Amino acid sequence: MEEKILELLAQICEDDAVKEDTQMELFESGMLDSLGFAEFLVELEDQCGIVISPSEVERKDIDTPAKILTLAMERAEK
Amino acid sequence: MARQTVKLLPERRCETYMMTVFDYYQGTLFFSLLVLLLIISVIRGAAEKPAGGFALLSSVLTAVFVFAGKADQACWLLVSLAWYLGLILLWQYERKKRGRAECLYHVVLVLSLVPLICCKVSGLLHASLFAFTGISYLTFRVVQILIEMYDGVITRVRVRDILTFFLFFPSFSSGPIDRSRRFEEDLTKRRTREEALSLTADGFVQLLSGMIYKFILAGVFFKAMAFLDTPDAVWYHRIGYAYAYGLYLFFDFAGYSRMAVGTAYVMGIELPGNFRAPFLAVDMRDFWDRWHITLSHWFRDFVFTRFVMYSTRRKWFRDRLTRACVGFMVNMGIMGLWHGLTPAYILYGLYHGVLLAVTEVYQKKSSFYKKNKNRKCYRLVSWFVTMQMVFFGFYIFSGQLI
Repeated sequence: MEEKILELLAQICEDDAVKEDTQMELFESGMLDSLGFAEFLVELEDQCGIVISPSEVERKDIDTPAKILTLAMERAEK
Repeated sequence: MARQTVKLLPERRCETYMMTVFDYYQGTLFFSLLVLLLIISVIRGAAEKPAGGFALLSSVLTAVFVFAGKADQACWLLVSLAWYLGLILLWQYERKKRGRAECLYHVVLVLSLVPLICCKVSGLLHASLFAFTGISYLTFRVVQILIEMYDGVITRVRVRDILTFFLFFPSFSSGPIDRSRRFEEDLTKRRTREEALSLTADGFVQLLSGMIYKFILAGVFFKAMAFLDTPDAVWYHRIGYAYAYGLYLFFDFAGYSRMAVGTAYVMGIELPGNFRAPFLAVDMRDFWDRWHITLSHWFRDFVFTRFVMYSTRRKWFRDRLTRACVGFMVNMGIMGLWHGLTPAYILYGLYHGVLLAVTEVYQKKSSFYKKNKNRKCYRLVSWFVTMQMVFFGFYIFSGQLI
């Protein structure tokens, strides 16, 4: 599951670097923007069945691949 | 804009001097009450009491004073509060029973917009349905709760907390737009005396700097506007006016926002800030991350993101870029309409929609941009161009263009 989520993120960011460096900052560095984030939420729900609402988390809680992964895995277990 | 700063300003000033009005952040009466409420808040903070009950009590008290002499507005406020609360409770009940019923969800959302739409449309026809100070900003708070209930992020509402959130006096009339879950956590948060007093100190700094912004600096630029707005104005007067107006708008609104945030801090509520050096923005996206932040982030979370998700699922557009561009146009178009149903506001929204869409295409497609974006001289030129576009936007907003 973790690999699949990282793969989705890499597709959205159009950069495999997010799979290697999970501490990478995503928003400031321009890897992920509001558009990418919205598309990622759709993919996450459709392909992994994990629902995260766009307004539920603040940017600072999801600004690295590691943080996104932790949040998504928490949801997957529920 | 919902605050209609410019058009109302001359009368507002005169009212302030006459001291007959009691309105949010205006006149001696409001500020006298504010001083009293702040003193009580400081004592409560030192006694390590959470914001809770006092936030509601002081907000109701302020609302009673503000709306006491305005029977029409008071009635519309009460009708709207009943409408919104009824809608939220009904939606809570149905959401529990039926789950994520999409059709009903849309009906509920439309119903929640009825007061604001009636207010704006009747305003055009010189009638005044649902016309009361604060309706524009109240709508954001209601819609946020309804949408997050659909998402399942909010599962249970407490009427008392919602009322406090709706009426919280520092941000009642013109924001900043807080979020209910964050706000409610603050209501019960226990701070040690040190934490409370440090927040209070921050609050007073914000409050006083806000006063300097709003009552001194905004005044200077307002004078400059009056000076430049002469009957025999030529092109360089117009340009000067656009800059003076933009700076006036910033100091007036950022000053007000600081006063609101400062007051809230003293009361133990960490209201989010609205401005972060907007005149240092290097592109239009950067600008909207710095200007009226709580508004643009609200639109990002509840309009743009949701539009993109909806259209991605239904495959409305061929590619990502088109999706983003249409998303920006829809997002900023609605923002323009929210400010008011006048040609100037609608054009202002569309103008920013186009600018964001063009920025998106340019940044995604241009190899020149990708190569140079981090160079100092590129950033300088980009900043300069951005500022000209920003101030032209203010000029549209001022109603002087059309």
